[in-house]
Amino acid sequence: MIHFVLLISRQGKVRLTKWYLPYSQKERTKVIRELGGVILSRGPKLCNFVDWRGFKVVYKRYASLYFCMCIDQDDNELEVLEIIHHFVEILDRYFGSVCELDLIFNFHKAYYILDELLLAGELQESSKKTVARLIAAQVFCLMEPCCFSGFTFQ
Amino acid sequence: MGSQGGFYQSKEFLDLVKSIGEARSKAEEDRIVLGEIETLKRRISEPDIPKRKMKEYIIRLVYVEMLGHDASFGYIHAVKMTHDNSLLVKRTGYLAVTLFLNEDHDLIILIVNTIQKDLTSDNYLVVCAALNAVCKLINEETIPAVLPLVVELLAHPKEAVRKKAIMALHRFYQKSPSSVSHLLSNFRKRLCDNDPGVMGATLCPLFELITIDVNSYKDLVMSFVSILKQVAERRLPKAYDYHQMPAPFIQIKLLKILALLGSGDKQASENMYAVVGDIFKKCDSSSNIGNAVLYECICCVSTIYSNPKLLEFAADAISRFLKSDSHNLKYMGIDALGRLIKISPEIAEQHQLAVIDCLEDPDDTLKRKTLELLYKMTKSTNVEVIVDRMIDYMININDNHYKTEIASRCVELAEQFAPSNQWFIQTMNKVFMHAGDLVNTKVAHNLMRLIAEGFGEDDDTDSQLRSSAVESYLHILGESKLPSVFLQVICWVLGEYGTADGKYSASYITGKLCDVAEAYSSDETVKAYAVTALTKIYAFEIAAGRKVDMLPECQSLMEEFLASHSTDLQQRAYELQAVIGLDAHAVESIMPSDANCEDIEVDKNLSFLTGYIQDSIENGAQPYIPENERSGMLKISNFRNQDHHETSAHSLRFEAYELPKQTVQSRIPLTSLASTEIVPVPEPIYVREIYQTTTVPSASSDAGSTELKLRLDGVQKKWGRQTHSPATSTSSSTSQKTDNGITQVDGSNTSNSRTLETYDSRKQQVEITPEKQKLAASLFGGSSKSEKKPATGHKISKPSSHIVERSHVRKSSLEIASEKKASIQPPPDLLDFGEPTVNSAAPSVDPFKELEGLLEPTTQVDSAENHGSTAAATKSPDIMGLYTETPAGIYNKDDSDILSGLSNPPVRNMLGGTRSMQVAQSSKGRNLKNSLEKDALVRQMGVTPSSPNPNLFKDLLG
Repeated sequence: MIHFVLLISRQGKVRLTKWYLPYSQKERTKVIRELGGVILSRGPKLCNFVDWRGFKVVYKRYASLYFCMCIDQDDNELEVLEIIHHFVEILDRYFGSVCELDLIFNFHKAYYILDELLLAGELQESSKKTVARLIAAQVFCLMEPCCFSGFTFQ
Repeated sequence: MGSQGGFYQSKEFLDLVKSIGEARSKAEEDRIVLGEIETLKRRISEPDIPKRKMKEYIIRLVYVEMLGHDASFGYIHAVKMTHDNSLLVKRTGYLAVTLFLNEDHDLIILIVNTIQKDLTSDNYLVVCAALNAVCKLINEETIPAVLPLVVELLAHPKEAVRKKAIMALHRFYQKSPSSVSHLLSNFRKRLCDNDPGVMGATLCPLFELITIDVNSYKDLVMSFVSILKQVAERRLPKAYDYHQMPAPFIQIKLLKILALLGSGDKQASENMYAVVGDIFKKCDSSSNIGNAVLYECICCVSTIYSNPKLLEFAADAISRFLKSDSHNLKYMGIDALGRLIKISPEIAEQHQLAVIDCLEDPDDTLKRKTLELLYKMTKSTNVEVIVDRMIDYMININDNHYKTEIASRCVELAEQFAPSNQWFIQTMNKVFMHAGDLVNTKVAHNLMRLIAEGFGEDDDTDSQLRSSAVESYLHILGESKLPSVFLQVICWVLGEYGTADGKYSASYITGKLCDVAEAYSSDETVKAYAVTALTKIYAFEIAAGRKVDMLPECQSLMEEFLASHSTDLQQRAYELQAVIGLDAHAVESIMPSDANCEDIEVDKNLSFLTGYIQDSIENGAQPYIPENERSGMLKISNFRNQDHHETSAHSLRFEAYELPKQTVQSRIPLTSLASTEIVPVPEPIYVREIYQTTTVPSASSDAGSTELKLRLDGVQKKWGRQTHSPATSTSSSTSQKTDNGITQVDGSNTSNSRTLETYDSRKQQVEITPEKQKLAASLFGGSSKSEKKPATGHKISKPSSHIVERSHVRKSSLEIASEKKASIQPPPDLLDFGEPTVNSAAPSVDPFKELEGLLEPTTQVDSAENHGSTAAATKSPDIMGLYTETPAGIYNKDDSDILSGLSNPPVRNMLGGTRSMQVAQSSKGRNLKNSLEKDALVRQMGVTPSSPNPNLFKDLLG
């Protein structure tokens, strides 16, 4: 199970946090500080996994943004690495060449997308197309000027 | 998106985000956020805010909360938003409440009604939004309110709804298994859903259910096998393909389930062999996701009833992992090796050098994983090397969590495999000295027990163990600062055995003990141990008929303790005083020598109190009412029980709690009694108090635990000789004794020379340092490299013939596998995203290389460091660093859009610098138009490219 998802910039700024288990605000701040320290200081050639409080944190860097997910000891790290990539690919389709700035100003949309991908700490949908379709449907219904250049209905 | 449309928030909000983005320190950021909180507090409570405005306020609240500040003042407004009729507003409300509230928040009760309404909505998007909230917010108490609705949604025409309903049910099961126990068959039904997404989602709850109870799901083995077969044969819609693999995430989940079902079940396992073998062959080991599936296959093979052929495949995959340059794969390889050696221990030897490389790798994660592997393959022949390595590593880390873990592993291995008493004591000393107070007190108590009981061979070795312990402890006491737990052990051992072998005089030992009590005068537990140890030494002296002369320093210490504020210390000091005044006969009977291993029977019914209680009741006291018959009492220590009770009740209670009954009088006599005689009283509140006042120097920290009875295992006895109650069965396996005299002949010791030779010839050209060979020899039983040294000879006891055969089979199958692989052409790109300029998926690229490529070189100045310092000037090296990343060097050459990260010409021009100009001109972004628009937009908003981090504009997917 995924315990939480963190997006941290290379400067240690928080871009997105999603907690699938109850953490108090105080704990959250502590977790972010602790993990930020560990992950941002790791060299580029090392594993994308970190041992942390008996859990494992899988992280991957995209440009200057670190995507981190905390998982249980017996989860498959490589799979989680791909879940992260899957998420980034979906973001990329949605925003059209996503960059950090998109996520800074549209963090709430990133949350909507994440909600279609992960639910209750598990991967709920592994088809990009299905996720795309659902988000497109929402955007359509929400009548918010849409930004779905990459998505088509087939 | 944002590129074409805009950001749709007010200028104010954009300014906020921008100013936070530009904040140069955490303090500045905090100041801005606090200002924002004030603004929001004021605005949000204004009357008649338009919905659109309110929605933005809520999003700003989310932002504030995300940055780690408290936005609780606005939670209620988020809750109100969920009541709104417009989907847009409602969705925002739900998003905010799922981010703000944990399942135990008081406001949840206000949302339940809305959720109920929304779950029955005609608009499936509303239902989806409500289901998202259900997964996060519904707790044990509110499950019944939504359960029937969620169950109904399992048959909803929209697959998205069915999928989320499944996940919600799964969540209910996690929170309160009993609430959905009658609905579990629904998961089986949904496994046959037409939609692969729903089927995939169903695997999550099924995996959990099977983990808990394998046997009820054995009938599904064939279904899972057939689903996996279909997935592997690409029968699912292509939308589920991911990097050319057919539905890999579903495959992984299925393999996990099969592993559970096939564990120890030959018949079930036999059904799986074909499909697992098939996946082994089909996996593309050049892609990350392919390796993820391969790893899961290995896990599966190592759990199910073993099959030689599959084991070969697994071994083969592991060696590919270990030989890879990627640290990730090495890590997975080490992990997989740890799983497989349980079944075929000989496999570790083939990889000994790779393992040692990983052990010495600078990457901490990899090192830990390797230590974990070593822990799993420890046996009596290599225990010394492995434990030494672990201790070395332990000394050098700061991570307390892991330090504790590795310390207890060291202790466990030392207890199990110790080659000699000397070594055992020394190892324990090292662990205690370096891990200090992180060592679990239980471990300390085990050590004391072990020294007291010995390894159980004969009395001679046991007393030898004790003497060597005493000797080493006396030596160690010279060290400056020792951890408290260790000192307790030392004091106890010195008290029990300090004078036992007659080597040291009582005055020498007592002198040392007094030194300890003085040197660590702030630690009352240690002092208490020291005093009791003194008591014992003097008691033994008196019992032996010798005259007791109390050292002057000891006397002054006693005077101090007799007046101590700690009642515990005081009591011990008085006990000492009393013992010294007795004659030999009396001492002999209260403190018999070497009686610490005798069992002490505890009268848990407290029958000796019956008379007293009878008297009290006759005198008008209230009879004792057992815990479970009382209600409404303040229950400090049985919250869990209570919770459980409420679970089964299943519904919210709205009536007020009963007033507490007056039962206090009846307990007063009990407590006063307890404080003098320290009788275990079966009343949680007072148990706690007793613990506090007497400060039992032991594992009493868990006094507030949920159990009602006094926990006596591992706790020092308060009267009579200082001993420990016999280990209960739960108190850990460490009490088991090991025959450390007998060398355990392990399967892995019988090394297979054939396999080795083939391995050697392969590895011959690699130069290996003698130290490494030596290490390998000591770890893996001495068979490293081609040299046939005698060290190997004596360990190859019986090269069993079937292993040799197996190695032949293995070789041939290897060849077949490689031939087959060559013939399999990579299938065409199946990503059907419909975008003509598909590029980010970069199917031909090894995602692993891609992953490495994304990482910037270490030489780049870490802007996190200079972030706090002054603006543009200090930033420039960072920017330059960015552009020095020449595409060819950093990115994989196959990656066609490597330059997209630099596809922001206007930005770069503004940034100035001839160098960046050049780069910009030579770059051709993969989506130039998008980037241009995005850039224009953000500059319109005032986010100028001079902002501290040009990386913000860089495409995440390079």
